[in-house]
Amino acid sequence: MPSFVITEKCDGCKAQDKTACQYICPNDLMTLDREKMKAYNQEPEQCWECYNCVKICPQQAIEVRGYADFCPLGASVIPMRGQDAIMWTIKFRNGAIKRFKFPIRTTPEGYWKAENIYEGLPEPDYSKIKGPGFFNYEARKE
Amino acid sequence: MEKETCTFSYCQRPEITEVDTDFLIIGGGMAGAGAAYEAARWATPKGLKVTLVDKAAMDRSGAVAMGLSAINTYIGENKVEDYVRYVRADLMGIIREDLVYDLGRHVDNSVHMFEEWGLPIWKKGADGWSRDGFQARDEGIPSLKDGGTPCRSGKWQIMINGESYKVIVAEAGKAALEYNRKATGQAQNLFERVFITRLVRDANDPKRMAGAIGFSVRENKVYLFKAKAILIACGGAVNVFRPRSTKEGMGRAWYPVWNSGSGYYLGMTAGAEMTMMENRFVPARFKDGYGPVGAWFLFFKAKATNALGEDYCAKDTPEFKDAVQRYGKWAEALGTAIRNHLMMQTMKQGKGPVLMNTHIAMQELAKQMDAKRFKHLEAEAWEDFLDMCIGQAGLWAANNVEPDKVPSEIMPTEPYLLGSHAGCAGFWVSGPGDIPGAPAEWFWGYNRMGTVPGLFFAGDVVGASGHKFSSGSHAEGRIAAKAAIAFILDNPGYTPTIGEDINALAAEMYLPFEIYEKYKTYSTDPKVNPYYIKPDMYQARLMKIADEYFGGIGTWYMTSKTMIEEGLKKLQLLKEDANKLAASNLHELLRCWENYHRTLALEAHARHILFREESRYPGYYYRGDFDFVDDNNWRCFVNSVYDPATDTFTIKKVPYVQIIPD
Repeated sequence: MPSFVITEKCDGCKAQDKTACQYICPNDLMTLDREKMKAYNQEPEQCWECYNCVKICPQQAIEVRGYADFCPLGASVIPMRGQDAIMWTIKFRNGAIKRFKFPIRTTPEGYWKAENIYEGLPEPDYSKIKGPGFFNYEARKE
Repeated sequence: MEKETCTFSYCQRPEITEVDTDFLIIGGGMAGAGAAYEAARWATPKGLKVTLVDKAAMDRSGAVAMGLSAINTYIGENKVEDYVRYVRADLMGIIREDLVYDLGRHVDNSVHMFEEWGLPIWKKGADGWSRDGFQARDEGIPSLKDGGTPCRSGKWQIMINGESYKVIVAEAGKAALEYNRKATGQAQNLFERVFITRLVRDANDPKRMAGAIGFSVRENKVYLFKAKAILIACGGAVNVFRPRSTKEGMGRAWYPVWNSGSGYYLGMTAGAEMTMMENRFVPARFKDGYGPVGAWFLFFKAKATNALGEDYCAKDTPEFKDAVQRYGKWAEALGTAIRNHLMMQTMKQGKGPVLMNTHIAMQELAKQMDAKRFKHLEAEAWEDFLDMCIGQAGLWAANNVEPDKVPSEIMPTEPYLLGSHAGCAGFWVSGPGDIPGAPAEWFWGYNRMGTVPGLFFAGDVVGASGHKFSSGSHAEGRIAAKAAIAFILDNPGYTPTIGEDINALAAEMYLPFEIYEKYKTYSTDPKVNPYYIKPDMYQARLMKIADEYFGGIGTWYMTSKTMIEEGLKKLQLLKEDANKLAASNLHELLRCWENYHRTLALEAHARHILFREESRYPGYYYRGDFDFVDDNNWRCFVNSVYDPATDTFTIKKVPYVQIIPD
């Protein structure tokens, strides 16, 4: 199910040096047509349908259309990813709709920084660097 | 044919940027993120620099980019020894038990850290019913570390709300990198959208790698990283075998389509010894969408049958008896490979389609609960897809499939090469050295270091140690990173010195640009041109060879000595034509290099299968000329070393040593 960009909604993330979808796509698929200032998926047959471009698009301009190899038309799966939860709307080919909401994280996005990532955790003990265990954990013994 | 070279006569010369670091991590997936977290803690007080390079954006790179609905390795109340037994049985008796044991005794801490960092983990409530991560928190159910009970889907698996799993783990890894960057005064130590093409030899020590070279997929720039130790934390190899869907659907691979075998290529061309490259994984998944079946089998207790309603894995069938006769005690354990084998038997008899009876499972569960609970259960079933295989949800919706009303087809996919899921193809690495019963020669000083000094491995590229999954890959990245820092501290006199001509390396890297620019106007359509081959066509040819000669779907996973030898001849011609790969932009240059990487990974796979004269993994591949498991002669590792100078492999048997009793 490759992603596609809705012409009317995409503004090419014009205020930024690259588009959000281009930034996030794990397979380097999303790219910007600089003449039209619209993003598009440059290689739909290499799209894993991970939805990361759909989730990140500030204009909600990206959706996914079922892989033409095997997927009948008419259905859609649309996410709305918030700060701590995600809402999904699934539309069936026959028009039925299902909605689900799931937690995504229990800490605020961007909470972990250089300043707090090791806060409250032990200093590394270099006498143990060649043994089992992590800096904060003794390996299990049974 | 004339060999092409790049002299930058037609394409633009890239700017070359050198980056000096101490510890270089290649790959920002689960293993790489774990490595960053552990390495920065040990390296920073000693003033050592840690650098990570990722071909994508770390927030959503690697196999967990989409998310996951379960963590498949959490030891918890179980015994590490039993984890080793389970992995051994599922991988048909050949694993490095020291590595698997070591993984098992460390992995839980990574899971505890995930929860600390913000990953919602399902818990069991006082009434025995499941709670999602928020419900558990709101009810005050303690974290796993503090005694909360996870929702087990299987003995080793726990359920999570994992849409943002990778984002959370990457955030911690990036924070650790930033902690190191600030303290050591580096300008930049996280390089995203840089694709490493190969490692670079040291000028003074021919055995060592002094760094890695790669290109930006965003600008006309080459990066040369110099490092005292390097960790390869790249993913496995996908789209090396022709997939069942060959147009748009090619992207709907079960494993992430961007795993291009780079880790294998980087280690092989550095001369690192590999092990069990004959292994592969062929998952049975929901047909076409390749949605996960684990939760359906394990959590919802659904059963798979053939179209006649028969349990094709039942032990009283002639097919099962035949499997035991051919494949011995490993068949009796009914591991993943054997269940695949039995599915294929029933399909070949025309008793397909094979169905996952989701509707029966849901109806059974509905009897045990009220309407509200059932609604929650239904959401859990859909979340399984929405967290980790959204396309499958779309495919069900497009076919009007409601899992509580109708069954769904399952089918074995095309083969994949990997070392962290239910496969074990990768490099031969040093063990931890302190596991009683492990032979002395399995330890050469630094845990997870390969046979090239200073070159470490974690995740998909570690061989003979499967069933790590996401949590285990993270933990293994940490294990390897800690050992790498120890290695650097033990060798203070070493300064990496680049022993190759950088301009020649850049020219090699940009060759596909040079070729394209040189010849593109010869034909009216640059796609079809007798002087070059574009990466998508090259890949199609690679996948066709793999499929038809090395046991892909086209032959029902069947191959043999004669088939492989013929395929290798065709592969040799393809390798020669790799010199004619052409790229019109940076995206295509990425695809060219990914395909060089895939090619060598596939060749190692084929040569290992050729060497092992038995069918160790029925259900994954068959040697038609040796269609049995031969424990007397072949319950051993198969190891190989690739020599890039001569383009040849040296392959040998390495004895198996069992550490944990049956």
